[in-house]
Amino acid sequence: MSSVLYDIPGPKAKRRNLLFSVVFLVLLGLLAWWAIDLMGDKDQWVWAKWKPFITAEPWTTYLLPALANTLKAAGLSMVIALPLGALLGIARLSDHRWVRIPVGAVVEFFRAIPVLIMMVFASAFYVQSTDISSDDRPMYAVITGLVLYNASVLAEIVRAGILSLPKGQTEAAKAIGLRKGQTMRTILLPQAVTAMLPAIVSQLVVILKDTALGGAVLNFTELLNSRGTIAGYYGNPIQTFAVIAVIYVLLNFTLTTFASWLEKRLRRGKRSTGAVLGAGAVEDVAGAGAGTAGIPAAKVRGSFSDGSGGTV
Amino acid sequence: MFDFLEGYDLLGAFWTTVQLTVFSGIIALVWGTILAGMRVSPVPLMRGFGTAYVNVVRNIPLTVIIVFCSLGLAEIFGITLGAPNDFKLQGFRLAVLGLSAYTAAFVCEALRSGINTVPIGQAEAARAIGLNFRQVLTLVVLPQAFRSVVGPLANVLIALTKNTTVAAAIGVAEAGLLMKEIVETEAQLYATAAIIALGFVILTLPTGLFLGWIGKRVAVKR
Repeated sequence: MSSVLYDIPGPKAKRRNLLFSVVFLVLLGLLAWWAIDLMGDKDQWVWAKWKPFITAEPWTTYLLPALANTLKAAGLSMVIALPLGALLGIARLSDHRWVRIPVGAVVEFFRAIPVLIMMVFASAFYVQSTDISSDDRPMYAVITGLVLYNASVLAEIVRAGILSLPKGQTEAAKAIGLRKGQTMRTILLPQAVTAMLPAIVSQLVVILKDTALGGAVLNFTELLNSRGTIAGYYGNPIQTFAVIAVIYVLLNFTLTTFASWLEKRLRRGKRSTGAVLGAGAVEDVAGAGAGTAGIPAAKVRGSFSDGSGGTV
Repeated sequence: MFDFLEGYDLLGAFWTTVQLTVFSGIIALVWGTILAGMRVSPVPLMRGFGTAYVNVVRNIPLTVIIVFCSLGLAEIFGITLGAPNDFKLQGFRLAVLGLSAYTAAFVCEALRSGINTVPIGQAEAARAIGLNFRQVLTLVVLPQAFRSVVGPLANVLIALTKNTTVAAAIGVAEAGLLMKEIVETEAQLYATAAIIALGFVILTLPTGLFLGWIGKRVAVKR
């Protein structure tokens, strides 16, 4: 692979790179050896501790139901947060100041607060004001917290998606006599949704990861929470950590890869206006606060992707 | 109205939040920069390691990482980071370890996209006058890249501030854990939530505004 940062290696550079590779490999090897040795010291390589995971029992009794809960919470949160976010995002672009400013304040507020705070609040709120049974409460609280936070993040994504469309689209719609609502509904939104798809899929990864908070703090029986039960039953905490980490990585890596595939495909496509809100837009937006308030994420992102140094 | 807060160390909890943010932020910035350097280096093995680290760490929930630091590293492997008996300090250090390992992946990605904004001509000109990879990176590309990623890095910092609440999962006495304690014992749910929320708005909003302003000032005009 060539790069603009360095010349194509000649004989001397090749030797030097090989030397660096060897040194780095030795360092990595030492680290791995230390870790493996430590595992051995604490009797973590004993087959009995790994064996349960090749039998069906831990999967059918604990892991799969827990995974189902994780996916259920994440899926429901996304399904509820998406329309809410779209509404907030469009309201924030309103021509009326009395709509735009309060909605902007609400969105910025919820982006500035940790999800955990919202989950804890939701849980306590359900205890005080509703009679949801204590079995269902963690799930309700987790979804409420995730919806409040992600609706405001998605609002920003929707806003950025609409702002990323070329101005000519609105102008042409005005020229043929469409009203504001018609322009939004028939011209801007359909294109913006396509542009936003990669960012929305990436947000799903964020939601999925955040469900683990509910497991640790509210005792919601999702994947991370099932870890304690399994480790307690089979006496293998480290091995269980390894298994659930692998599940999370596989799940999220698939979603991330899908998002970037989608982004590439949409960028190549000739039918759209070429506006695409990349996967990275989510991180720019998810940072919250007033960091990029006023600068649409698409613009921040745009400078990264169409920047001239693409080959680095 | 706020009498019920007597007996709770509100300022102390937010001070812990700030400390977690600052320590993890500094470590993550250094480690993330090294990772970004690896990801663009001419040595394939380093590139591979950087990519693997970012892809794995970014896809594991922070909660899993932090809980592992406490239950795995400390309890089973006896890695107590120099505080085997002081559980408060130990929890704090383990939380910093988890937070910085996680945040470094995001710092790395922000920096890497910053490197992409530096025009090819800059690196080509640097190579043309005979600079080697290290010189191209440290003298020409990274200084410009850092200036263009102040905004994205500010967002990472704000996300880190909010993420410190995850340390509540291993019992570090920061704002999130305090809120949980208060709402479980006191009746004033709305007042408590308002105060904690206000605390986070006070922490994150000025950071965002200030760094956003700095970012606009230092950005390379092209």
